[in-house]
Amino acid sequence: MKGLLLTTLLFLIVLACYASPGTMNVQDVPWDEGKALNITWQTPADSIILQRADSLGVWQTIFSGPALPAAYSDRDLIPNKSYSYQLIAIGSADTDTLIVRASAKPREQWFYMHKLSFLIILVIVSLAILIYIQRARMGKEFYIRRISGLDSMEEAVGRATEKGKPILFVPGIGDLDDIQTIASLTILSQLAQRSAEYDTELIVPCRFSMVLSAAREVVKEAYLKVGKPDSYKEERIFYLTDDQFGYVAGIDGIMVREQPAANFFLGSFYAESLILAETGFSTGAIQTSGTAQASQLPFFVVSCDYTLIGEELFAASAYLSRDPQQLGSLKGHDFGKLLTIILILAGVITEIVGWHWFKAFFEGVQ
Amino acid sequence: MSAVSSNLIERRIVFLLLFVAVALPLVFPIGWKTEVSSYAKQAWELIESAPDSSVVIFSFDYDPASMTELQPMAEAMIEHAFSRNHKIMAMALWPQGMQLAEQAFLKVKESYPDKKYGEDYVNMGYKVAGIVAIQSMGKNMRDVFPADQSGTKYADIPMLSKVKTLKDVAYINSLSSGTPGIKEWVMAARDVYNTPVTGGTTAVSAPGLIPYVNSQKQLHGLLGGLKAASEYEALIGRVGSATVKMDAQSIAHLLILLLILTGNIKAFRARKRSAE
Amino acid sequence: MKRNLPLFFAFFCGLLVIVSEFIPHRPFSLMIDTLQEWFMIISGFAIILGQISLFQSNINKIKQKDSGWMFYLAGLISFILMLIVGMFWGTQETGGLFGHGTALQARLGMKPFDYLFEFAYMPLSSTMFSLLAFFIASAAYRAFIIRSFESNLLMLTAVIVILGRTSFGSMLTGWLPQGLRFWHLPNLSDFIMEYPNSAAQRAIMISAALGIIGSSLRIILGIERSYLGSDK
Repeated sequence: MKGLLLTTLLFLIVLACYASPGTMNVQDVPWDEGKALNITWQTPADSIILQRADSLGVWQTIFSGPALPAAYSDRDLIPNKSYSYQLIAIGSADTDTLIVRASAKPREQWFYMHKLSFLIILVIVSLAILIYIQRARMGKEFYIRRISGLDSMEEAVGRATEKGKPILFVPGIGDLDDIQTIASLTILSQLAQRSAEYDTELIVPCRFSMVLSAAREVVKEAYLKVGKPDSYKEERIFYLTDDQFGYVAGIDGIMVREQPAANFFLGSFYAESLILAETGFSTGAIQTSGTAQASQLPFFVVSCDYTLIGEELFAASAYLSRDPQQLGSLKGHDFGKLLTIILILAGVITEIVGWHWFKAFFEGVQ
Repeated sequence: MSAVSSNLIERRIVFLLLFVAVALPLVFPIGWKTEVSSYAKQAWELIESAPDSSVVIFSFDYDPASMTELQPMAEAMIEHAFSRNHKIMAMALWPQGMQLAEQAFLKVKESYPDKKYGEDYVNMGYKVAGIVAIQSMGKNMRDVFPADQSGTKYADIPMLSKVKTLKDVAYINSLSSGTPGIKEWVMAARDVYNTPVTGGTTAVSAPGLIPYVNSQKQLHGLLGGLKAASEYEALIGRVGSATVKMDAQSIAHLLILLLILTGNIKAFRARKRSAE
Repeated sequence: MKRNLPLFFAFFCGLLVIVSEFIPHRPFSLMIDTLQEWFMIISGFAIILGQISLFQSNINKIKQKDSGWMFYLAGLISFILMLIVGMFWGTQETGGLFGHGTALQARLGMKPFDYLFEFAYMPLSSTMFSLLAFFIASAAYRAFIIRSFESNLLMLTAVIVILGRTSFGSMLTGWLPQGLRFWHLPNLSDFIMEYPNSAAQRAIMISAALGIIGSSLRIILGIERSYLGSDK
């Protein structure tokens, strides 16, 4: 009796499997801009055809292939519009073709949940910076360690003035959307003021036109600030070429022909860093470099007298201006570093313990 | 003789020695074998494992200056992608990149004459604005590239019919010698859309990109310099220009070691003299 | 007004970019798309600005017969030549004002622009890049001198990495048994690049990233103004 029941049950299960019309589920992708739907299906068929109804209601094939892995993500949809899908499950020769239909609306969300960890870190670091800026405004004095690369600016300008030779300033090979270039221009502003005070010529070759117009503005304002607008020579801040090594060739030519007494290489640099620095070294100029491009730092360290390493480039403006607000923001960076160290240690510990959620949270796993 | 002029003469001797060290093996090849590193292997595996007929992006983010190192990589990787029947969408974030792409395709087509423009590969040309262009490609590829280099409309290119955004490509291969390049692709494509990114760069820039080859696979391997290019050629069984040039590079490296030794002997003697 | 308007733009656009990084909903998603399109258009037009500057500064130097004015003249002629041949006969698949220049193509084997690109521009650019090899050699000769424990360590690391990056290096220790493969020079070199090098690179990258956050915040809030030409 038991055997008969079991056999009947098994027969029913098998029948149910084969007779099942298959299922399809269409769901909005969570926490996104509302342009995607996730479609999943279950069918015993080997291959499927997935179709979406277009605006006229005509079915258009969007996927055709094996039934596994039983999931498809339809993207580039219009948010809040209803979409209908039909799944055609193609069985083997002796089974019928099955059709299942479903529809759903992709919805726009108000937050990318997988970026929550980034937001938390950004808010904490930004708050720390703002708090320290506020404290600086209230009169709190902050200590900043000596950065010899920036102290050398006076020495470099002095030497150029003594020799009657120009100063060369290279703002890197990055465009204006690179924050290193902007940091470089803030230093250029300070350098231009000093060179204007001493009546020393300043040469600024640029790789990008947007950097050119910003550099011209920066130098012009610096000359105005020290009351020497007539000494400003626009033609000494010029565009060379967009081409990486053409730019380097142009600068090398300037170094060899005009023999600047001081060279400043500050900004974003790549493979050209050593070519620039070594040519400058061969002309005997006093050289200051700085970049956040870690791979190029060794080359600068070898060939330049002073090198600003990584974040020192971004601290330059605060260091040179001694503006308490800017110095306060540097303290905020230090807090950020402390937070990073704590997070790294916490990450190592939680991974060892086996709490992988911590790493996944900061990786931004969707 | 002043220290400066002595330095200059020393530099010239170094330059001359290096010239000889590079030139001789090119004339008289030695034939040393290259060992494949894990970085090159990872890049190879990404291309090897991508499904048949996948549309992939090859971004030529360099100019002729660094083509000695990057062009052999481009050719080897195109050849590998063609052998896997991938559809290559070539583009450039550097103005001269599109010409180099064209040259690389011409070279590889000698071995794959059946590959047709528009069906198996397409050159979309140069796009200004670096990372912003990549971000826009993540939203709508057609807006960024209304037409290919020869003026054919995006919609009329058969192999791109199903490619709307960066999410629709199987992987991105950026060959870059600076900015914009691999780093921008990692930040705007891999980290945002999860599209796998691999690439190649010059040997001097490689250490800065190695941190991106990590457990999160921000970069699927990395080819750094000519040696990596020769490793890739070994992986696909091709004797290309990188393999031929590796002897010269090896000899140049050995010369640099000798120069370091000489520099130390010189410094040691100078120290001894000053102590006396 | 001259200073306040750019400051307002920096504040507004900066904030918008940050907000839209976290909010996918309209209107933020549309606004950021528009900003990106604007940036691409402005970048395209900025190229013209560069060309004008190139012309102006070179012509001034040639007019004033500055030292080395011939170089500026050569630069200008090269620029005009490439521009003209590109405009007249196009490049590769793309035609120019006078079509594809079939007669010229037959004579040169390719279009004039491509001919100049391949036989003038490419060798000149490669020459510049190849200078790197010479400079690396001379810099290494000067830099890797044993002075202290640290410089000793630096030199030892450099020797391992240099050898590990050559075919000669892999031959040198290729005989090592499987158990000692870690000491095989290419493996040792990869280890140095992957762990000590990456650790140092990451430390610099993280601190630079914090610097970037700080600088960006200062710019967005208008505390940092010197990039606009004045700190007032």
